[in-house]
Amino acid sequence: MTGFQRAIATLGGLAAAAALIIAILDPGGADMMLATGGLVLAAVGMRHHFGLNSGLNFGLMPQARIDLLASLGGMALLLSILDGDMPAASWALLVACWLFGWLAVEKAMAARHLSKALASVVSLAVPVFFGAWIIFVWEMMTIGLQIPTVLLPPPSMIAVRFAASTSILWADFQQTVIKAALSGYILGCGSAFIAAILIDRVPFLQRGLLPVGNFVSALPIIGIAPIMVMWFGFDWQSKAAVVVVMTFFPMLVNTLAGLQATQTMERDLLRTYASSYFQLLVKLRLPTAAPFIFNALKINSTLALIGAIVAEFFGTPIVGLGFRISTEVGRMNLDMAWAEIVVAALAGSLSYGLLSLLERQVTFWHPSNRRKSS
Amino acid sequence: MSQDTNSTPAIQADKLCLTFDANDGPVHALKDVDLTIEKGDFVSFIGPSGCGKTTLLRVIADLEHPTGGTISVNGMTPEEARLGGAYGYVFQAPALLAWRTIERNIGLPLEIMGISRAEQAERVQRTLELVGLDGFGRKFPWQLSGGMQQRASIARALAFDADLLLMDEPFGALDEIVRDHLNEQLLQLWKKTGKTICFVTHSIPEAVYLSTRIVVMSPRPGRVTDIIESDLPDERPLDIRESKRFLEIAQRVRNGLREGHSYD
Repeated sequence: MTGFQRAIATLGGLAAAAALIIAILDPGGADMMLATGGLVLAAVGMRHHFGLNSGLNFGLMPQARIDLLASLGGMALLLSILDGDMPAASWALLVACWLFGWLAVEKAMAARHLSKALASVVSLAVPVFFGAWIIFVWEMMTIGLQIPTVLLPPPSMIAVRFAASTSILWADFQQTVIKAALSGYILGCGSAFIAAILIDRVPFLQRGLLPVGNFVSALPIIGIAPIMVMWFGFDWQSKAAVVVVMTFFPMLVNTLAGLQATQTMERDLLRTYASSYFQLLVKLRLPTAAPFIFNALKINSTLALIGAIVAEFFGTPIVGLGFRISTEVGRMNLDMAWAEIVVAALAGSLSYGLLSLLERQVTFWHPSNRRKSS
Repeated sequence: MSQDTNSTPAIQADKLCLTFDANDGPVHALKDVDLTIEKGDFVSFIGPSGCGKTTLLRVIADLEHPTGGTISVNGMTPEEARLGGAYGYVFQAPALLAWRTIERNIGLPLEIMGISRAEQAERVQRTLELVGLDGFGRKFPWQLSGGMQQRASIARALAFDADLLLMDEPFGALDEIVRDHLNEQLLQLWKKTGKTICFVTHSIPEAVYLSTRIVVMSPRPGRVTDIIESDLPDERPLDIRESKRFLEIAQRVRNGLREGHSYD
């Protein structure tokens, strides 16, 4: 156990002890439960100081498991008494739970000699646990502190709204993500890729096209979007056009940089084989450019979504993520706006994740992706 | 071209000049280089940095263009020779493509030259065995040691059976033990295949050990100062480097280098 871990454990134990003392001195709702919880967590936090060995000390990562159990138990307790009037002791217990959760993650990540399967479970569990914690604290704060739902609705309310309006969300998702963002993304990235190859091949275009691309990328989206609505109508085509404009330049610049990234020696090598321009491109320059191209694809996957959503603020049929967000905010239905944001966030994360996966397959050879074991 | 070129030299340079235009005036990388290399020779180019030995090799390979004089490779211009796949070039670094396995790296020139897949596989296997990398074909370059990577790059230069091999300090970045080993293997390879080899090096022992002829060069302007014929026997174990004859030749090379080099 490192000094850092010991410090977190001690802090967690102290926070739990504080919960215990507050619950005894200032009895309120559920003080018995809070006092018990504080006592148990304080014992867990202080066990290292008193050399207490728990009966749970067996199997894999026993230490991390005890802290995790303490954290989850405390969270369950807090959820069970969650209402608009939380006693002060519960906030101390929340801090203690958070510290034990942190400690468990620290220990799990520091653990060595894990089997491959277990290591991947740990590496997946950590971000999931972290996300769950954010949602938990969010729920605690919004309900416990009675924050107005217009400012920030609790996650449970958003989830209920989400479940109740899946058909609307699905229609909005199709309109904005599939039709506008995806088609714009494919068109923008594809045309920029072709433009990059042409620019690289023809010096005349290098002088002419590159400044134009630069210029277009500097145009503000709130200026572009209404113009595109004029040109391409209210439906998704105008949003796709905005996405094309937004994604074109990052892809162009990155692909050009990638095409320049080959080394003189490698180019000389292919020259000694009397390779043609096309062979040089396919066998050397594009593979070298792949990491650059994937960078642009990843940047653009989020840009496309932002572009498509924001563009809907400037005229749209009555469907779409951006349309729904702007109208529901106007009707003070913030839970619906948040449900739409969840859809957008999920779509963004999913596309980014898929691209990262694909990147690892394609550029497995790149130093940043080489697996040590192979 | 292979029938009537038995008499033509592998490389013939006549008053070869190459001048680079640098910011502070012209740099004479090569000046009036006369050189004839016969088929089957193992020729080393030795000299201090900047003497133009690499430039000479690059002119032969049509990677640089001479500004004066003439040069022919197998009786052709360097460009014709390059387009005809007349030589294999081994660079200072392995320059293997990281996304290709060793097999597919060695197959790269064959792929570009449009050789059928079946023949590619057969030739790749043969050259892998030739350089002692049998069984490593499915590995990626970054999974092999530096010495193995350089052997793979030699295999790649051998794969398309050009009868001329141009090697630019191929073992310069390797440690002495690996270098000895590869030198021995290269000699055996040369004897087995009967190729003409042009070999650029910094190392006197390496040059004397490997070559039938040693071309001593000197810098500013880059020119040939001496050509030394080695009469060491064909069979050269590594300990020949302690023999009297070897040391005599090495001494002559050293003298040649000293004469060409002004220390003012």
